[in-house]
Amino acid sequence: MKSAVVVFPGSNRDRDVQVALETVTGQEPARVWYAETELPKVDLVVLPGGFSYGDYLRSGAIAARAPMMRAIADHAARGGLVLGVCNGFQILCEAGLLPGVLMRNASLKFICREVHLRVEAADTPFTRRYAKGQVIRTPVAHGDGNYRCDDETLARLRGENRVAFRYVDASGNTTVDANPNGSLDSIAGILNEKRNVLGLMPHPENLIEPLQGGIDGRALFEGLAA
Amino acid sequence: MNAPARITPTVIAAHGLRPDEYDRILALIGREPTMTELGIFSAMWNEHCSYKSSKKWLRTLPTTGERVICGPGENAGVVDIGDGLAVIFKMESHNHPSFIEPYQGAATGVGGILRDVFTMGARPIAAMNALRFGAPDHPRTRHLVGGVVAGVGGYGNSFGVPTVGGEVNFHRGYNGNILVNAFAAGIARTDAIFYSKASGVGLPVVYLGSKTGRDGIHGASMASAEFDDASEEKRPTVQVGDPFSEKLLLEACLELMASGAVVAIQDMGAAGLTCSAVEMGAKGDLGIELDLDKVPCREAGMTAYEMMLSESQERMLMVLRPEQELEAEAIFRKWGLDFAIVGRTTDDLRFRVLHKGKVEADLPIKDLGDQAPEYDRPHSKKPPPLPLVGDFASRDVGEDLLKILAAPDMSSRRWVWEQYDTLIRGDTMQRPGGDAGIVRVTATKALAFSADVTPRYCAADAFEGAKQAVAECWRNLTAVGAEPLAVTDNLNFGNPEKPEIMGELVDGIRGIGEACRALAFPVVSGNVSLYNETNGTAIPPTPAIAGVGLIDDLARTATIGFKAGGDAIYLVGAPANWGQHLGQSVWLREIRGEEAGLPPPVDLAHEKRVGDCVRAAIRAGLLSAVHDLSDGGLAVALAEMAMASGIGAVIETPANARALVPAFFGEEQGRYLVTVDAGNAEALARRAAAANVAIVRIGETGGNELKLGPARGIPVASLRKAHESWFPAFMAR
Repeated sequence: MKSAVVVFPGSNRDRDVQVALETVTGQEPARVWYAETELPKVDLVVLPGGFSYGDYLRSGAIAARAPMMRAIADHAARGGLVLGVCNGFQILCEAGLLPGVLMRNASLKFICREVHLRVEAADTPFTRRYAKGQVIRTPVAHGDGNYRCDDETLARLRGENRVAFRYVDASGNTTVDANPNGSLDSIAGILNEKRNVLGLMPHPENLIEPLQGGIDGRALFEGLAA
Repeated sequence: MNAPARITPTVIAAHGLRPDEYDRILALIGREPTMTELGIFSAMWNEHCSYKSSKKWLRTLPTTGERVICGPGENAGVVDIGDGLAVIFKMESHNHPSFIEPYQGAATGVGGILRDVFTMGARPIAAMNALRFGAPDHPRTRHLVGGVVAGVGGYGNSFGVPTVGGEVNFHRGYNGNILVNAFAAGIARTDAIFYSKASGVGLPVVYLGSKTGRDGIHGASMASAEFDDASEEKRPTVQVGDPFSEKLLLEACLELMASGAVVAIQDMGAAGLTCSAVEMGAKGDLGIELDLDKVPCREAGMTAYEMMLSESQERMLMVLRPEQELEAEAIFRKWGLDFAIVGRTTDDLRFRVLHKGKVEADLPIKDLGDQAPEYDRPHSKKPPPLPLVGDFASRDVGEDLLKILAAPDMSSRRWVWEQYDTLIRGDTMQRPGGDAGIVRVTATKALAFSADVTPRYCAADAFEGAKQAVAECWRNLTAVGAEPLAVTDNLNFGNPEKPEIMGELVDGIRGIGEACRALAFPVVSGNVSLYNETNGTAIPPTPAIAGVGLIDDLARTATIGFKAGGDAIYLVGAPANWGQHLGQSVWLREIRGEEAGLPPPVDLAHEKRVGDCVRAAIRAGLLSAVHDLSDGGLAVALAEMAMASGIGAVIETPANARALVPAFFGEEQGRYLVTVDAGNAEALARRAAAANVAIVRIGETGGNELKLGPARGIPVASLRKAHESWFPAFMAR
């Protein structure tokens, strides 16, 4: 599987996802500079975590207008895979490739901790190595992860099984305490209609080997490599 | 801030210069300085930049070692870690600005220390911070805690460095002066380390990074004076941080360094353009000429005086190879940063500043640093506190433990460190909450980090307290299995012009020196923050120590959590009755409400012997869990091991059943708790005997309660609840 990681000014988990892709798929991803206009020939494009443009406007708002984003939209339209992690998820929402918006965490604080996710959709290239309903551990590290959308969008996301991950407790139940940022319906990640674009706030790339404390994030990259 | 029109005694005093220091300037240059020159002298000769009160004593510290590549004097210390790699690290204070404007003060403290590290060519891989606040019930404390923590996180998280350790203390002694000490470490190749010493005449001096504004003018001078009730008015002297620009500056600098274009580099920290330019020139025996018309400015109409004293953040000064100027500029433009040639190196040893066709300053560059005043200030020792006498008993040591775990100074810091990105870069092998943070640097190799000092010990006896700070740091690194390499020190004290405060500083440095020599733990960088006083009241002496340790084999480290039921628990390095020293202990303060007695003395030879034995046992794979004993003694350490795992333990009743309090809460130094499964007990005993280290089996892991001798068992869940509740509740108040 060929992949590319897009680097925006202020991206800072580009290396993390790059290492995860390389470790799991055995192939080093290309690094693509935001100011370029063409993607190399790849199957997967990753928008990494970070603070593009410092998050000084809305998170992801300026990066969503970067020259590279047009090529990424075309890639998605052709059915190519796009993964947005954290700031990448925010950029995908701001670019209109995913619906909704990520607001300030309900606590108004940056939060870095391990959470549990329930895999809600296992029928995608991103999640096919997980089982539907499986509960996995994964870290979050963000200040703006509070997913919001209008009622109609939420109904569609639910109806079309486009919620990929929800925040849950260790036993797999959605609770207020298990939701780290106040997201609507405990949403941690969503898919586009064609199910080839995934955005999620947690960082599976930081939990892929035992020395990191677990390997629950690994299956996402294994699914992409398969 | 406009420069005053004329130099008067009032103007000189406002620049933090004493009349005799001004006379020294007159003698040096043989004429009255211009206002810009006066500003330059004030920046170079204040306490923060010149170390004029501490230099004499700092020279006594051990700064060399087999692995030390570069000790104090550069932006940060450099230590060889093998495989062609070096760790580059330093800790620095941002106390005064953080009290006035907590978010920006703390944020720019983090920014400054990260810059110190990457200026030398290292990519930052770990950060820590040591924070001291006033009493929880002081009206400003909550605001300061919230702001400082958000500022540390806001900068470090956006920049992209994991924060892997630190300390938070509360004490009324910091009501008027909080402490914000920020640490950063980075990794560089040993053959690609960059220094500030310029070489070559006529080479371009290049300004990089953000534009210069009017922020932070006289920040370093502020950090060299006491506070009074009007300190709020100094708010405009606090700089504003921009972690996004810093991240771009990091990437651009590392890319530029890799291109081979950089001859010398210095970040613009305290006293900005002045300090960085003078340092590069003076170190290289060169003059520097700056043309301020070329400096990128944020605001129109800035004067030479303002530009030379601005502490705008995220700026660098470099000397470049002229043939690579275009290449260098292209790299900076790519990252959207300012790049301007603002001067050149000369052979006349003058520091010349031109602005709008006028010579604003023309000073002997070496003298600005070398001729800075140096003082051998009078110092006196205050009488030590009386030793604690009497027997101390408790109705229920279990109840005492719960109370201590929930005390402001002892409660879980989760509320703090969950606001820091502890995982970014994917190499964090141990997060905050254990004895030391661990960050991987190669497939098998890692570095351990710990920051320590116990201010109440230092307040009672600065010498023993400073020794203890070094010993505890060394112990924490040892407890995860690391070989302690070197330290950086951050000396926070009051006004050195008072003999008793100077006495604390002298004793503190002596204590650090003695401990570092005994433990082969050299000081490779550091920072001195004096004048931490408000209305004449000084902070407790706080020599914070941050240490780095090397782990050669990541498969052989230790963590504090119990691993399974049925493991034997051994106390290593303790006296026969487990513990007896209650002077200045947490128990005494939290249960009896007293801060009294002498701090526990540190026997450095014992410390080393015990630590070396424990580390060897970890590396031999004998131990299932390891934890050092510090604040709160044995009971607190056991509780922490239980809480980290959810597994309980049953502890025997010590031989002298009437001395439960000293056994469970005494704070003797040089002690560890270790657990072993049955198969390894004998091997551990053999090693300890061979090393002449006392060990005693005190109990066994298992169940879901912690039972201390005759006391009733406490469910681990109750320990956790007590430990985790205070901080969030306090901040939500």
